[in-house]
Amino acid sequence: MSTATFAERRAALGLCVHCWLTVLLLAVLVWTSFAYLSVDLSSLFSIESGSSMARFILRFFPPDLGGEFLRRIARGTIETLAISALGTLLAAGAGVLLALPAAGRFGAALKVATRFLLNFLRSVPELVWAALMVLAAGLGPFAGTLALALHTSGVLGRLFAESLENAPPEPARALTLGGAAPALAFAYATLPLITPQLVAYSLYRWEMNIRMATVLGFVGAGGLGQMLYYELSLLHEPQACSIILAMLALVVLVDAASAWIRRRQMRSGG
Amino acid sequence: MPSGFRPQRDPDALRRAGWALAALLVLWPILRVAEFNPADLFDARNLEVMGGFLGQFFPPNLSIDFLALALKATMETLAMATAGTALAMLLAAPLGLMLSHSLSISRIGPGPGRGAGRASRALVRGVLLVLRGIPELVWALLMVRAFGLGPAAGVIAIALTYGGMLGKVYSEILESGDTRPARELLESGSGRLMAFFYGLLPGAGQELASYTIYRWECAVRASVVMGFVGAGGLGQLMDQSMKMLNGGEVSTMLAIFLLLVLLADAFSVFLRKLLA
Repeated sequence: MSTATFAERRAALGLCVHCWLTVLLLAVLVWTSFAYLSVDLSSLFSIESGSSMARFILRFFPPDLGGEFLRRIARGTIETLAISALGTLLAAGAGVLLALPAAGRFGAALKVATRFLLNFLRSVPELVWAALMVLAAGLGPFAGTLALALHTSGVLGRLFAESLENAPPEPARALTLGGAAPALAFAYATLPLITPQLVAYSLYRWEMNIRMATVLGFVGAGGLGQMLYYELSLLHEPQACSIILAMLALVVLVDAASAWIRRRQMRSGG
Repeated sequence: MPSGFRPQRDPDALRRAGWALAALLVLWPILRVAEFNPADLFDARNLEVMGGFLGQFFPPNLSIDFLALALKATMETLAMATAGTALAMLLAAPLGLMLSHSLSISRIGPGPGRGAGRASRALVRGVLLVLRGIPELVWALLMVRAFGLGPAAGVIAIALTYGGMLGKVYSEILESGDTRPARELLESGSGRLMAFFYGLLPGAGQELASYTIYRWECAVRASVVMGFVGAGGLGQLMDQSMKMLNGGEVSTMLAIFLLLVLLADAFSVFLRKLLA
């Protein structure tokens, strides 16, 4: 093979030295990870572990579909939805309040401080917040609501600050030049411009928070997760299976609903 | 202000008030179900527990022993995320290829295998939906029961959930780009895999890689908390410190979380730049 055809072939495949080095680096990292964890994959997929796995899975079937238990699941689902909705709502409110200083409206020092606070709020995972809130507010859905609110206000605050920074300043300037107070100018000129964005971000986070709220119960913060943890610790596998099915249904329905809304928006927008 | 000036009434006032009332009516049951009660925060017993706990946050525990333990847990967390994402890719690649319409031979023209193709795609779609529809922490809880405590359960949990997410997105990426080269290859009789490697991968490779890296970043966040259900890593250490109400250890670990998330962010931006 001549070098010309080799270069051609290389170009045709779109390969580059950079990419190969990156792939090599990643391969080394993956290999190191498996070695570090000493996870022996071959033993995980051996015959005997397969048969014990099969026995483990079979214990979950058939799921418990008794009327009384289904009613409890329905209550757990509603609780999960309420936790996520309220947590997101609180976070949206806090997000707007934090976004104002984070967008630099009250000076550079406050901007840096708020940005650090937002980064901290969002870097602590929801589940860790939940464990802390269980200490602060006791077991139950209120702790879950606070946990979601804390983490999500970090995320939303940052996104809201970005929309505030990108909002055109002219309408607000027109109102202040006309003699309006800055707060009123913000409420009637800037806020209406960014409201659609704020709502879209909040809905998107709500969708993620529904998913999250299903598992916050593992540390005692209410909802379906708390039920699942309880039933599994009593080795009630059929009950656990129905709860997992309910979680799956909830996630799938929320996914489908948000896809439907987005499609409709795209159609009406385009 | 001129003397005859009266601020005009908000013409939309009635409608706004109506909406506010409706919102309150919806909000009330939600507040009840979520047991929203801020007074709980100021309950004497809760205040005492939380106050003592927060009081210990300063100074953070920076003893060599604990830092060594935390470093080991951090490495375990990163290794869990990396190994899990690698397994997820292995799971997602074949499923994504099966699901993608742009590699479907039966869709090119009328012929045998159309029903079989449709059935297998529906099956793959269902499998991916179940894999990603069940949250990773639920998978971890189940895997801890199947494989015992430790990081292996976390790796499998990430592999399953992220395998489901990656598989779906891989197939969508393969459909969204320029699919004509692959179709051309399929029509002139090449196999599916060759059509993928020569027809789709050159165009879609970068997007596939950068989405996988983004998911690795998410996996780092997910594996931080896997330990709360017994699947190893930083979460397990955090869980222990929190159960013992050791504020100094918890504040050190919160700082590590902050660093870890910022570093994973930066590393994934760096990797994506390298690939671009």
